Amino acid sequence: MCDQTFLVNVFGSCDKCLKQRALRPVFKKSQQLSYCSICAEIMATDGLHENETLAALKSEAESLKGKLEEERAKLHDVELHQVAERVEALGQFVMKTRRTLKGHGNKVLCMDWCKDKRRMVSSSQDGKVIVWDSFTTNKEHAVTMPCTWVMACAYAPSGCAIACGGLDNKCSVYPLTFDKNENMAAKKKSVAMHTNYLSACSFTNSDMQILTASGDGTCALWDVESGQLLQSFHGHTADVLCLDLAPSETGNTFVSGGCDKKAMVWDMRSGQRVQAFETHESDINSVRYYPSGDAFASGSDDATCRLYDLRADREVAIYSKESILFGASSVDFSLSGRLLFAGYNDYTINVWDVLKGSRVSILFGHENRVSTLRVSPDGTAFCSGSWDHTLRV
Amino acid sequence: MSSKTASTNNIAQARRTVQQLRLEASIERIKVSKASADLMSYCEEHARSDPLLVGIPASENPFKDKKTCIIL
Repeated sequence: MCDQTFLVNVFGSCDKCLKQRALRPVFKKSQQLSYCSICAEIMATDGLHENETLAALKSEAESLKGKLEEERAKLHDVELHQVAERVEALGQFVMKTRRTLKGHGNKVLCMDWCKDKRRMVSSSQDGKVIVWDSFTTNKEHAVTMPCTWVMACAYAPSGCAIACGGLDNKCSVYPLTFDKNENMAAKKKSVAMHTNYLSACSFTNSDMQILTASGDGTCALWDVESGQLLQSFHGHTADVLCLDLAPSETGNTFVSGGCDKKAMVWDMRSGQRVQAFETHESDINSVRYYPSGDAFASGSDDATCRLYDLRADREVAIYSKESILFGASSVDFSLSGRLLFAGYNDYTINVWDVLKGSRVSILFGHENRVSTLRVSPDGTAFCSGSWDHTLRV
Repeated sequence: MSSKTASTNNIAQARRTVQQLRLEASIERIKVSKASADLMSYCEEHARSDPLLVGIPASENPFKDKKTCIIL
């Protein structure tokens, strides 16, 4: 801008500041005025000028949102449960608690299975993170975190490390060692740093990268070894409560859900938001991908679970009943994707038929809210953790 | 100065929102009937290998408590 040269044709008093300056022609609402160079600069970034553009942008945003809804509605030719009518109904299900894991001193907040299908890690409000062997119910490792409310924990794909975090605003990775003399807390590595509590974390396909979601409204991808931030994802307007990675080997997308009632799908490499869904009426507590990777389910405080299809770009099923008044805190699919297990704040677990939209079974047993629920990697069992200090398999 | 930056921020934010919405409005979508059919076929394909759906024999269930043998 400094090396702009222009012919000064007029010298006179500026229409705005009234000083005697060299004047430039300026067009405002198709009316030609003469401003001095200083006022012309101010004009370029003036509030009045901006308000016009801001309003125009806002109205364009509204019309685009409307167009998005229209496009989605156009393809809504049939409901999932109508198409699923010809599928045979599921028989009665009998699921029993096979193991009860006691040992946490306070509410169990999160758990994750190891890929070996038998070990699991769980974290609780008292700051303890315990690794269990679900077959024998033995505790293999225990770590005490320096903070309470450890809301997120994850097992590394190799089975050699666990990650956890909560009110300390960071995600710490602990390598698991079987040496009795080693103090696990000494080997701790702080990986992620957020400006608010950590609500969810997950390893990507390798041990080297971790994806985290936080109460500060962002998700972030970190490198474990260096602790460096690789990518951050902005878009939620409130706390992000949950995330899940796409199941495929080459997958590089993940879905996140938050207190702003929106579920968003992101591309991990570019940091861009790919799709957004806003049909829930309250905070989304849990999101989980369908085993094929083409859809995901979400559980929310509005007492419903919903299934969203990514290729049709819309909600395709709602799982709710008038008798269910409490929010769903955690959802997971069975191996084939036919069953959806959802843990609720009314101490029960409901099992839904994904295709038909009907409830198949209801499981009782916990004496307080079910806070977390995961199906084992081989699908033979699922584990639920609850505020009654126990985990049930 | 601060009011100017605040309004430029709003503009930048609004511009980003509009760009994001443009991207989302233009993605390829398929019909719900086709998506549902795909979900159903995936379920049917994998239903046989789903232990929670079809159940596994007690001998293979790692969580089933094994009865101990009593030596008389």
